[in-house]
Amino acid sequence: MDLDKFKVHGEPLIYGAMVSIALATIGILVGLTYFKKWGYLWREWLTTVDHKKIGVMYILAALLMLFRGGVDAMMMRLQTAAPEMKFLDAQHYNEVFTTHGLIMILFMAMPFIIGLMNVIIPLQIGARDVAFPRLNAVSFWLFFMGAMLLNISFVIGGSPDAGWSAYFPLASLEFSPTVGNNYYSLALQISGIGTLITGVNFIVTILKMRAPGMKLMKMPMFTWSVLITNVIIVFAFPVLTVALALMMFDRLFGSQFFTMANGGMDMLWANLFWVWGHPEVYIVILPAFGIYSEIIATFSKKNLYGYTSMVFSMLIISLLSFLVWAHHFYTMGQGAMVNSFFSITTMAIAVPTGVKIFNWLFTLRKGRITFTTPMLYTLAFIPIFTIGGVTGVMLAMASADYQYHNTMFLVAHFHYVLIPGAVFAVIAGFHYWFPKVFGFRLNERLGKHSFWWIVISFNVTFFPLFFLGLMGMTRRTYTYSEESGFGPLNMLSFVGAVGLAIGFLLLVYNIYWSTRYMPRDTTSDPWDGRTLEWATHSPMPVYNFAIVPTVQTRDALWSAKQDNIPLYDDKKITKIHMPSNTGKPFILGVIFFILGFSLVFSLWIPAILSGIGVIVMLAFMSFDRDHGYYISAEEVIATEKKLKRGETV
Amino acid sequence: MKIDASKPLEYSTEENSNKIFGFWVFLGAEIPLFATLFTVYFVMVNRFASGPSASELFKIGPVLIETFLLLSSSFTIGLAIHAMRHGYKKAMMVFMAITLLMGLGFIGIEIDEFFTYVHEGATLQTSGFLSSLFVLLGTHGAHVSFGFLWGAGIMIQLWRHGITPATANKAFIFSLFWHFLDVVWIFIFSFVYLKGLM
Ligand code: HEM
Ligand SMILES: [Cu+2]
Repeated sequence: MDLDKFKVHGEPLIYGAMVSIALATIGILVGLTYFKKWGYLWREWLTTVDHKKIGVMYILAALLMLFRGGVDAMMMRLQTAAPEMKFLDAQHYNEVFTTHGLIMILFMAMPFIIGLMNVIIPLQIGARDVAFPRLNAVSFWLFFMGAMLLNISFVIGGSPDAGWSAYFPLASLEFSPTVGNNYYSLALQISGIGTLITGVNFIVTILKMRAPGMKLMKMPMFTWSVLITNVIIVFAFPVLTVALALMMFDRLFGSQFFTMANGGMDMLWANLFWVWGHPEVYIVILPAFGIYSEIIATFSKKNLYGYTSMVFSMLIISLLSFLVWAHHFYTMGQGAMVNSFFSITTMAIAVPTGVKIFNWLFTLRKGRITFTTPMLYTLAFIPIFTIGGVTGVMLAMASADYQYHNTMFLVAHFHYVLIPGAVFAVIAGFHYWFPKVFGFRLNERLGKHSFWWIVISFNVTFFPLFFLGLMGMTRRTYTYSEESGFGPLNMLSFVGAVGLAIGFLLLVYNIYWSTRYMPRDTTSDPWDGRTLEWATHSPMPVYNFAIVPTVQTRDALWSAKQDNIPLYDDKKITKIHMPSNTGKPFILGVIFFILGFSLVFSLWIPAILSGIGVIVMLAFMSFDRDHGYYISAEEVIATEKKLKRGETV
Repeated sequence: MKIDASKPLEYSTEENSNKIFGFWVFLGAEIPLFATLFTVYFVMVNRFASGPSASELFKIGPVLIETFLLLSSSFTIGLAIHAMRHGYKKAMMVFMAITLLMGLGFIGIEIDEFFTYVHEGATLQTSGFLSSLFVLLGTHGAHVSFGFLWGAGIMIQLWRHGITPATANKAFIFSLFWHFLDVVWIFIFSFVYLKGLM
């Protein structure tokens, strides 16, 4: 075996990262042992099948990844802050922008959204659980192990360095000979399978487990957006699965899919990648639309304007999202007819999106608006996202795109879409639903401070990039000369990035501060909410609802509060069936991790063994005859009494 | 567990019908998966570099046997489910066993075919065409092999616990999977082999 492959020959920065990862790991292990928390960790978290806890773990992991991706971003902005900087070398810069893009989209934005959807969707549709709780745990652990696999790449063997889109032939063995892009194909594959399972799970959950009376057109908007998102997942992720498998075959087994000789075709990769990649962008943005819709209605005290058109615009967007992929490579020689087709479909997306923007504005009109932190993010989203959209239409014009293709203009555009369209949304959703999960609000004053830091710095960071792009600064350049004149605007952008970092740190400080000092919320409906999740206690008991509510209208809780119609009959408590915890999903995840790691380094024996291990685990899970347990009616009644008195259970 | 006697056993609880619906959704994901593999194959089919082309490689004999085995096994799994609906455990087990044996025969022929190709110097590494052929056939073959193990596992459970809502549900879902593989094969047979032989 070639031990040299594991070593990363680097600079002090990478050794620093190694040391800090090692120290942190040792610290966690020692801490867990010292405080005797191993049992607690295993029983309450690693083996849990409770959708709320799984959701919380997703969000925690996503927050961690936000910081990992954020550090990458800071390093890039520092490296380009002034001409001829010597902070990172070219190779390290390549690795950093690649992992930044990958982590931000696949291991931060998407899991954050999946986390929120795990916590909220069953509550919002009045269900006890998701359709397949154990499978849900499998999804989480596959995502988590995939994320970890990518994260260790920096210290063992080297990270992928061909961009998050990993274009061939650059990403082939010939031009990227380190194991970096093996990590790419395997880490994404493992977490992608997890995502696909989530997609199946939530489609079934939403279509089959809604509370009685909740017709499709009475579902809350967040539920609608999540349903549509999961349909996109189910149709888009298999394409990624295939693309990554082919990439793995090319790199590990010498097949000829994307090679430049022997009949391979590099453009095939670009097409496959973006057939998945463009819908992926909507996977992170559509749920955001759902979150904003909930928040706008709640804090304007009005019904959402144009509910039906909101639903249809999302459906149209989801269809169009599959028809625009080639706008990512207009310049790669596909001819005028093809470019025109994709140009038109791309611009067409602006129409349903515009409909949504106007619906939100009409909802605000004459509303009784309260400027809470989630609402502030929502209000900031509208103009910023519009800038992103307008510059998107500029990029969609194929002929004009020849001018700014792969320049900083593009970088500015997609951050103007993704940050308000996904990051602001998950932060807003996080503030909004936090009290539901933990029983107290985040501090509003700190929340607003961090909001202003983030929103202002965001624009300082990314607005200059539009001009840098038009001046000709290309994307993914790691340094430039003094004469280019790119220096001042890049420096400004760096200053903005520092501000962003401060904003995010304030957010974390807020979580810490609020956990210690915020008063507990006794109403379980702190925002005067409209949808079912606010109808149960905060924090909610394992079974979510003692009695499944019956829905008559859209915004069921709101109309129940207005017209004084009860959502359920308090006397009808019966025993409740719950799934029992299991360690198998976690173990399966660990085996997948070993499998992935072995394949990255072509260690065939452990790879075969862990491959067999996966099959054995699946068989174990299929033979499992544990049908869960019941919580007796008396127990439910006792829990409900306690919760009403404001005690925790 | 509430059992609804008016429904077939495999649908009789809420959990069961959710599982069947969930499996349909999963098959919904298998469609883009195979569609992508077919697309890759069609893009690659004439890119055989210095290696053999489809018409030089394919032989109709083994493929016809493969087709016969898989189509018949789709029929026998149907018979197994039919027996299950009537509560005939033994007949069900026999039909499942026949199904799986035919699946095994299919895999055997496919492996033999792969060996022949490799022997003739047509490997995964030879050309874009062969890479896509091996991966398309291989993915289908891996599904059949996985199905063999899965079906065998279900037979063990049937043998131990009899036809219960849980085992009936598993067997039914397995039958959906098996039929799906059959459909994919029909596409492979028509658009890969028959077209390639022309
Ligand atoms: C938090 C502040 C952020 C900063 C300061 C930042 C900065 C950057 C920079 C400097 C680049 C590299 C451009 C180049 O290589 O020329 C980049 C690329 C990228 N960023 Fe960000 N980013 C941030 C957040 C995000 C978020 C939240 C997302 C997604 C949800 C994201 C997605 C991407 C992607 C996909 C790329 C392309 C990577 C590639 O070229 O392969 N970024 N970002
Ligand atoms: Cu796109």
